[in-house]
Amino acid sequence: MTNHNWLFQTEQSLVENHGLKLDEFEKIVEGLGREPNLTELGIFSAMWNEHCSYKSSKFWLKKLPTSGERVVQGPGENAGVIDIDDGDVAVFKMESHNHPSFLEPYQGAATGVGGILRDVFTMGARPVANLNALRFGEPNHPKTKHLLSGVVSGIGGYGNCIGVPTVGGEVNFHPSYNGNILVNAMTVGIAKKDKIFYSAAAGIGNPVVYVGSKTGRDGIHGATMASAEFDEDSEDKKPTVQVGDPFTEKLLLEACLELMKEEAIIAIQDMGAAGLTSSSIEMASKGDVGLEIDLSKVPMRAQNMSAYELMLSESQERMLMVLDPSKEEMARDIFKKWDLEFEVIGKVTDTKRLILMMNGKEEASIPINILVEDAPEYQRHYIVEEPSPIKEYKSEDFDQKNILKDLNTMIMHPDLSSRKWIWEQYDHMVMADTVVRPGSDAAVVRVHGTNKGLAMSTDCSPVYCKHNPYEGGKHAVVETWRNIIASGALPIAITDCMNFGNPEKPEIMGQFVECIRGMGDACSKLNYPVVSGNVSLYNETNGEGIYPTPAIGGVGLIKDLSNVKTLSLKEDGNFLCVVGKTANHLGISKYISIIQSKEEGGTPEINLETELKNGNFVMDAINQKLITSAHDVGEGGILVAISEMCMSGNLGITIEIKTNFPHGYFFAEDQSRYLLEVSPNNYDECQKLANNNDVHFEKIGIVGGDKISIKNIGDQHISALKRSFETGIKQISQ
Amino acid sequence: MKSHVIVFPGSNCDRDVAVAIKNISGHQPQMVWHKETSIDQSDLIVVPGGFSYGDYLRCGAMASTSPIMQDVVKKAKEGVPVLGICNGFQILIESGLLDGALMRNSSLSFICRDILIKPKNQSSVFTKKTQVAKMPIAHNEGNFFVTSEQLKKIQDNDQIAFQYCDENGNVSEHSNPNGSLENIAGILNENKNVLGMMPHPERAAELAHGCEDGKTIFESILN
Repeated sequence: MTNHNWLFQTEQSLVENHGLKLDEFEKIVEGLGREPNLTELGIFSAMWNEHCSYKSSKFWLKKLPTSGERVVQGPGENAGVIDIDDGDVAVFKMESHNHPSFLEPYQGAATGVGGILRDVFTMGARPVANLNALRFGEPNHPKTKHLLSGVVSGIGGYGNCIGVPTVGGEVNFHPSYNGNILVNAMTVGIAKKDKIFYSAAAGIGNPVVYVGSKTGRDGIHGATMASAEFDEDSEDKKPTVQVGDPFTEKLLLEACLELMKEEAIIAIQDMGAAGLTSSSIEMASKGDVGLEIDLSKVPMRAQNMSAYELMLSESQERMLMVLDPSKEEMARDIFKKWDLEFEVIGKVTDTKRLILMMNGKEEASIPINILVEDAPEYQRHYIVEEPSPIKEYKSEDFDQKNILKDLNTMIMHPDLSSRKWIWEQYDHMVMADTVVRPGSDAAVVRVHGTNKGLAMSTDCSPVYCKHNPYEGGKHAVVETWRNIIASGALPIAITDCMNFGNPEKPEIMGQFVECIRGMGDACSKLNYPVVSGNVSLYNETNGEGIYPTPAIGGVGLIKDLSNVKTLSLKEDGNFLCVVGKTANHLGISKYISIIQSKEEGGTPEINLETELKNGNFVMDAINQKLITSAHDVGEGGILVAISEMCMSGNLGITIEIKTNFPHGYFFAEDQSRYLLEVSPNNYDECQKLANNNDVHFEKIGIVGGDKISIKNIGDQHISALKRSFETGIKQISQ
Repeated sequence: MKSHVIVFPGSNCDRDVAVAIKNISGHQPQMVWHKETSIDQSDLIVVPGGFSYGDYLRCGAMASTSPIMQDVVKKAKEGVPVLGICNGFQILIESGLLDGALMRNSSLSFICRDILIKPKNQSSVFTKKTQVAKMPIAHNEGNFFVTSEQLKKIQDNDQIAFQYCDENGNVSEHSNPNGSLENIAGILNENKNVLGMMPHPERAAELAHGCEDGKTIFESILN
């Protein structure tokens, strides 16, 4: 970037090194009426980067539906909140930790988990479940093994220690992530509806209190790094990655929840990205007040830290609170009990400015509104590219003799194989409320001490999004909806984690806009609003962007745990039925990518009307106790889904279908479909319910034996399939 | 029936085990904070799983020197039943109440899954009701080791509480999840009033867990 009329004393390169554009710097000077000092420049850099300001995405995010009868708190707070009856609420959010995880997979992933946990317990909720959504490069890429094992042990290392079960997630492998993996972490917590805590500072003169770990020099400029592209020198950015301490987070969690039982906290905000800077400014902005902070009072881990370093450190496991002054001593005692730092570092003021003092000297004085309301917001130029064309496949091009062999090859592929190697490294049962463990459609966690539960699932198909961002956006939302329904729950709301490339490129911005449009349409139609989210842009290495990846985390409510369904086949003699029509859409399917090594044929389209009808039918059938087990038909198609039900239940099946295009029938990825195991006694009732609701419902097999047998095609032992299924991901790690 | 659950700052199975005890015995156990120095009269002291002090040093090493552990050791020596689960087992070893060491799993990774165990000692207050039982393990350091002299001692004295096994009760390398010597999943002290075990019976203690095999261990001691 060049500017021939640089009139400022501040070095142009200093501004650029802070990730600020020159016109953004001009805006700062205009707002302050002077040039900022270094500390102030650092603060603007932290607040105005993409990660904290959402400057490229804000305009579009506002288009998503965010309200609904169960929404207690939509986007804008630390996490979203939904009503789950009986005075209880679920609090949840998903967040990215992509850049740090690529630089240092263990710590990057671990602190990603730590950060999202804090977002949830800041609001007064006890975290009850962690999930994640992970993308790695090609399985045989030289970095994949190291990144996969580092990320998995980092997620486990943090969650296992703090004692929150990691109950679910998803993982994909694709060359578009070779130089930029994605690590998205989600936490779900439970609170009482009348005990939710917010971040708006209030009460002039009230103490601003710092609690948790000491501040060190780690993670300085982490959020700015996370808002830049990678290049050959990216490894040099390793020192910007924070180091996590789950034990301290456990102490912080317990101390905060203990204090939250008292009427002491007026406002609370965790110190996440951009640490003390964003937390203090967020609290002041939300409360429309000012804050004055004496930085010399901040508990420090290193000697001689400057105001600049203290404001920009991303040391983990810290919180900022505004307390009722009469409760200060009581609060101090609680934090002392848990051996944590507790320091009054400032006070709420009526100046509407952030004033920073250090050793009696003023280090910064910035009006809050310039930092927040006046933050740059861009309506970036975008181009919507034509979606990849839909290809018609013909039966003649496939040899039906290969169907079971192809199935075997497909379930061995890391994209479809068992994820057991991953989730066995996560404690998924601590808290003793995990009802459905990882490996089914959605995980189910009981609300402690009740007979109700939460179902949760994370999903996205980046390949669908790449080839048709609008349909891909719809699909990501709908896939979680289906998973939640198949587990026996009522889907309520989602959180989103929008991972994209450089928004300054019009075609990338076009992907973003289209994914949002697709998500919005699906959310509206399904009454499934967005309550929280996060945006991660500039996921590029050497100018090559990742595939558009709007990862969605959905949450649903099961009012009666006896209605929980899993995908395992349960009993000989039961019928296996399919819900929804199969129209041989093989485009972009796992079959085409794994067996034919191609990525073509167009993203399957979703008819939201049909989706809603089919989903409601499955929900009704489960609630009427007509269903024995349920599974949604996802990537890989019907035969992969059937084999998953067989392997999980250790039961075989005999399949008989009428089709003149077996490959199309078995591997197509047409949408809005489910597989249901129905006992013969309930079959007629089920068929009637389907007819009444205009839902396509068809019996395709009978459960029993130890093989998958397809009439006129052949059979395959479940035990042999299981061996293949177990190899895929495990192989990468060896 | 009075029971106590020790709570270290990083314990994370303290609530789970308290719930199991309450459900099975009808009595609410008393939670005892690690900074306390004594426990009242007790019929069972549980040292629960978790990460006591973060386990950044050897697992359980710091916890073994905490104020409350001095009294746990004293009570154990007086004959009070003490049950250490997972991290609790590690702490009991570090406190000198049990023999051996718990090393990193042979796979060098954390393992969380269901396993099967069967009692070797069938007469102790903890093991007398249990047959082949399914329950989860969730640990990174559960690979039990003792010297050959110690092994002979604990074998001769019937101190092996549980061994990892298969559905038919066979103890084999195949059924060993973590590399433990002799598939040892839990051991007793000489007087058989202290049990340390890696598997989590409190996570297989009600229908919602999908398995209730863990109940037998609590039932045998609580009733």
